[in-house]
Amino acid sequence: MKTFLPAALRVILLVLLVAFIVNPGWFEPLFKPLTENNAPAIYNQGSLLSLTLQHLGTVAVATIAAIIVAIGLAILVTRPFGAEFLPLSRSLVNIGQTFPPVAVLALAVPAVGFGEKPTLIALFLYGLLPIFENALTGLTTLPSNIVEAARGAGMTNRQKLLRVELPLSLPVILAGIRLSVVIGLATATIGSTVAAKTLGEVIIAGLISNNLAFVVQGGLIVAGLAVFIYDGLMALERVAARRMGQVAH
Amino acid sequence: MGIRFDKLGVVIAAIAAYAAFLAPFATFRANRIVPGEGRFILDALPVVSGPLLLALVVAAIVVALLKTPLALRLIASVVLLVALALAIGAAGGFLTPPGNTFARISPASGFWLLIFAFTLLLADVLARLELSPFVRLAVLLVAAVAVGALLASGVWDSLSILKEYTNRADSFWAEARKHVTLALGSLVAAVVVGLPLGILCHRVEALRAGVLNVLNIIQTIPSIALFGMLIGPLGWVALHVPGASELGIRGIGTAPAFVALFLYSLLPVVANTVVGLAGVPKAANEAARGMGMTDRQRLFGVEFPLAFPVILTGIRIVLVQNIGLATIAALIGGGGFGVFVFQGVGQTAMDLVLLGAVPTVALAFVAGIVLDAIIELTATARRKEAIA
Repeated sequence: MKTFLPAALRVILLVLLVAFIVNPGWFEPLFKPLTENNAPAIYNQGSLLSLTLQHLGTVAVATIAAIIVAIGLAILVTRPFGAEFLPLSRSLVNIGQTFPPVAVLALAVPAVGFGEKPTLIALFLYGLLPIFENALTGLTTLPSNIVEAARGAGMTNRQKLLRVELPLSLPVILAGIRLSVVIGLATATIGSTVAAKTLGEVIIAGLISNNLAFVVQGGLIVAGLAVFIYDGLMALERVAARRMGQVAH
Repeated sequence: MGIRFDKLGVVIAAIAAYAAFLAPFATFRANRIVPGEGRFILDALPVVSGPLLLALVVAAIVVALLKTPLALRLIASVVLLVALALAIGAAGGFLTPPGNTFARISPASGFWLLIFAFTLLLADVLARLELSPFVRLAVLLVAAVAVGALLASGVWDSLSILKEYTNRADSFWAEARKHVTLALGSLVAAVVVGLPLGILCHRVEALRAGVLNVLNIIQTIPSIALFGMLIGPLGWVALHVPGASELGIRGIGTAPAFVALFLYSLLPVVANTVVGLAGVPKAANEAARGMGMTDRQRLFGVEFPLAFPVILTGIRIVLVQNIGLATIAALIGGGGFGVFVFQGVGQTAMDLVLLGAVPTVALAFVAGIVLDAIIELTATARRKEAIA
């Protein structure tokens, strides 16, 4: 699959999304039919813009931490020094993926209290797995003749890693990061059940006051963000793959 | 030959040593919502069993630390896990003042870290043994029976999470049934709709990109929003479609949760069906056509069996994901284990959160292992047939 949407449609949707986040008042007539009893049609307990930025910030912090740790671990277990950890890390990844995000979130609360922290922990742990798995796949399925050639050219282990192995597995690693970001964007909304400041607040406010307009606008913003970030990272992957002379999938 | 250390053992030993000597083993609280105070192993257990547990931990640390045979590591990890399970129950009985029904004893960080350390050891042994699918299922069964026996024996009855359970035994099983019905029911519905849709997408190329894109976009809608958005349409259906409300279709409750889980489940099923069918070797299809098979015979006799392991992988993703997502159904009155999680979060009663979270994790974990084993079995059966 190449991209979600054709370019022109994408530009229009992006403009609409940004306009909605910056000035939601313009769109009030669209959401009015979703409300009952004259309830407000646009979220009025805080600014959508700052919630969106906080949402993106939370996901970004958790994802960057996950990228560093996951790639570091993947490099470690694919070196001779860490080879002993390889079978275990594979099965841990499998086990970890069965942990539901809500459970991780709820279990983190007793340890660190309410607010941003449990959300960051849940997003970090949940983001680790796809990146680690893909980095492992990338690093362990490199064509052996290229790795041999690098060694033959007299590269040190460090040069081999930085100049050959990591660049070659970059497209696969980026695919893992993309997966992890999209999961993270949706999962962050659940963080609002433990008082994190994310767009989930809008959705939960709608669920509590039975206001469908809130639920829909919160959901649409998150989904819109996810689609555009997905598309952007996909484009990045294609660039990386082209530079490596591989064909994008 | 000098002493050789096991690298993973060093990590396990460090965690276990910290947990046993520096972290509290159990938490004592005067009632269910006040903050607790930690008790170390020697304070939390009676005079004989405390030092005995510490001795066992030290022995297991040595086994983990050195390069020891797998059998010894297996025995050490299993013995320690059983000992910890019994010890935390004993701590519950020992720390509860006689006749006091308000005091709550719960496992503290030291206990969880010890469990983590020795589960790591066990997981490493099991991964290195490369067990066959049947043996893995047997191990799972033994573990499940052991946990069931411990629960039935009443060893853990003095622990806070089981006190929460005793207070809610009826609703616990009702919510459990709802949770499983939601997760499994939506999976069945997704397979019934998704398989034909996947086959259609495979045959009709014009449909493929469109259908997969729509399903992809559904996946990006956050679960709580999708659950909420369905309240409106289903409420309308309940009001305006005759017979719908008799079927239990309502704006809030199980119906929107079921539909949301169903929508999320469609992508993995359809996408994996398409990928699986696309991966069927051309030669197999040509041969089938050459033998004079009709399209229908070819689908059921050749393509479908060959694509089956890939389709099963999609079903595994859906089941594990649905078990987790079904917790969110509680937010819109759909029931399930999420009821306890969100009630607990609301009351800051962590035992209640655990009562909802632990069964959810266990259920997802078991579902993952069982389906992994089935996938491996079908894949190897397929390979054997291909060779024969």
